[in-house]
Amino acid sequence: MKVFVCIKQVPGVAEVKIDVTTGKLIREGVPSIINPVDKHAIELALQIKEEQGAEVIALSMGPPQAEEALREALAMGVDKAYLLTDKEFAGADTLATSYTLALAIRKILQESEKNEKYLVICGLQAIDGDTAQVGPELAEELNIPQITYVQKIEFKGDKIIAESALRQDEVMVMETRLPALITVLKEINIPRFPTLIGIVDAYEKKEVVYLDTRQLNADKRKIGLTGSQTQVWKIFVPQQKGEHIKLSGSVKEMVKQLCQYLKEDKIL
Amino acid sequence: MDFSITKKQQMIRKITREFAETYIAPVAEESDKNSQLDPNVFKLIKEMNYFGICIPRKYGGAGLHNDTISFAIIVEEIGRVDASWAITVGVHCSVVAYPLYIFGTEEQKQKFLIPLATGEKLGAFALTEANAGSDAAGIETSAVLDGDEWVLNGSKIFATNGGIAKTLLVAAKTGQRGRKSIFSVFIVDTDTKGFSVGVKEDKLGVRASNTSELVFQDVRVPKENVLGGVGNGYQIVLKILDFGRILIAAQCVGLGQAALEASVKYANEREQFGRKIGKFQGIQWKIADMGCAIESARLLTYKAAYMCDHGMDYGLASSMAKLVASEAAMQATHYAVQIHGGYGLMKAYQVERFFRDAKVAEIYEGTSEIQRMVIANRLLRQTF
Ligand SMILES: Cc1cc2nc3c(=O)[nH]c(=O)nc-3n(C[C@H](O)[C@H](O)[C@H](O)COP(=O)(O)OP(=O)(O)OC[C@H]3O[C@@H](n4cnc5c(N)ncnc54)[C@H](O)[C@@H]3O)c2cc1C
Repeated sequence: MKVFVCIKQVPGVAEVKIDVTTGKLIREGVPSIINPVDKHAIELALQIKEEQGAEVIALSMGPPQAEEALREALAMGVDKAYLLTDKEFAGADTLATSYTLALAIRKILQESEKNEKYLVICGLQAIDGDTAQVGPELAEELNIPQITYVQKIEFKGDKIIAESALRQDEVMVMETRLPALITVLKEINIPRFPTLIGIVDAYEKKEVVYLDTRQLNADKRKIGLTGSQTQVWKIFVPQQKGEHIKLSGSVKEMVKQLCQYLKEDKIL
Repeated sequence: MDFSITKKQQMIRKITREFAETYIAPVAEESDKNSQLDPNVFKLIKEMNYFGICIPRKYGGAGLHNDTISFAIIVEEIGRVDASWAITVGVHCSVVAYPLYIFGTEEQKQKFLIPLATGEKLGAFALTEANAGSDAAGIETSAVLDGDEWVLNGSKIFATNGGIAKTLLVAAKTGQRGRKSIFSVFIVDTDTKGFSVGVKEDKLGVRASNTSELVFQDVRVPKENVLGGVGNGYQIVLKILDFGRILIAAQCVGLGQAALEASVKYANEREQFGRKIGKFQGIQWKIADMGCAIESARLLTYKAAYMCDHGMDYGLASSMAKLVASEAAMQATHYAVQIHGGYGLMKAYQVERFFRDAKVAEIYEGTSEIQRMVIANRLLRQTF
């Protein structure tokens, strides 16, 4: 079995600063990290490997410096890592990203045993974009079933049974056959730290394979900015307009307070 | 010339920092208060392979025996959150496991090094005695050959990890040449009959680090347990300490860095006379001096580590690194308390502990006076 983990390198959120005059993110000097929930995806893949036996493959699309994120994944215990990097991939939205990731997964599957079963694990969402779309779109690209918002998973032969917390205060238990894709929540586990031996091996014994447009045989109309259905028009910090008042208490009390404020402001 | 560290070393720093902040920092204050290393951290440090940093894989280590810079980075990052853990790991690896790897026979490595490198057993290095500190050649603990065994008698003081170690390197007198004592280094299993742990010291700083008296009463040690040959003790001890000092220096760089970071944070928060105290020149100069001292210490430390990794004679460099780094840490923690004003004396602020933790580095593995003596002796003999 192969377990694919898709990870993204993002700016460490705690340190992200915004230039107040231009309204843009200041990226210089901000350390990059593995998107936090993706570490839980890696951990899950490693646990599956330890319990079921599997080859764990990490994938990331990004600029060359995203290699660092993949090395960290290798240090945690991932077997192989692929970095999808090419100038032509730049500016990809979630659709173009999932198309590109799917190409890499198919390529790797083609080069391995026929009909080997596989599972794709993604973190729920990335802290920079917050769309939670790449996982589901990737499943569609690969034409495999998906279970999202997974907080627990169990293997039963060829099947997985997953607890999904898609809706608040409600847990759905779903079953599917492999191959399948899941997106996971932080609650699923506690990611391990890479050991010193793991780090040394990640640099001396394992490798990060680079894949570009040509190697993936990608349709140029479907990648990067050209392949993106959505485009970022502007990133800005919302201006706080006016004052906010938060009401608390029982509904009755809150309604009473609200009416009072509206009266004070001469709206009522 | 290239001052950048490798990608691998960057990753080692990043992960060690995260690990130290996640698991060691939250319990550092409590460990200091109780004079006790946290057992959970012990387990985790073992899992991280930090007990075998500078030992090859085939002897159970992490394989960084030719990467003393990485070793220094790890000790620095641990020292940045807790000097006690830095010294516990530093001593175990640098003056117990590493000498076993360098001077040990294959049998000694199989028997003693592997359990040390995997962290199954902790190590201690016992040289200092009540009447022999700086003057290490004056030790009185003796070893007398009786059949196939050496019989050790005497006692050691201030041994780091002493009370919790399972494997000791013990320096003992094995002969006399004129007025000079000849000594040898012995590998002693603490389960051996006649060995006992004496006083566990209650200290000013690095309180969580175990510092103990070790007592030897007719402790019989097999002949095979002499490290590096009978009568070679003095030379071996000097070499052990040359290496060890790089890690003491690294511990100090981490501690000084922590003091600097805490000071910067405080200077940017605390307001007096209507402005942040960091706006006052009196505070700025302290911050600048701290930064310079720590960076100098860091460079000297990495340089000594680099020289060691490249087979160069690094004794002078490691003495300089240890001297400069220990004094940088002392100055930085002193300034950190000053910048914190009255709050700096309070247990609620980490700088109170940092200040106490710094002092010992000017003393162990050769006092500042002894370092200056050694450095001056070397320089005075040098032709430029
Ligand atoms: C927390 C802690 C942990 C330690 N861990 C270990 C350990 O793991 N193993 C071990 O063997 N030892 C250990 N030591 C002992 C340490 O190495 C000694 O304390 C140190 O070498 C100094 O010896 P001393 O305390 O006897 O001081 P002394 O040698 O008595 O020195 C007293 C003062 O005289 C000065 N002085 C001495 N000789 C000269 C001279 N020739 N010229 C100028 N000044 C001089 C010294 O610098 C010092 O200021 C530890 C000590 C401490 C405090």
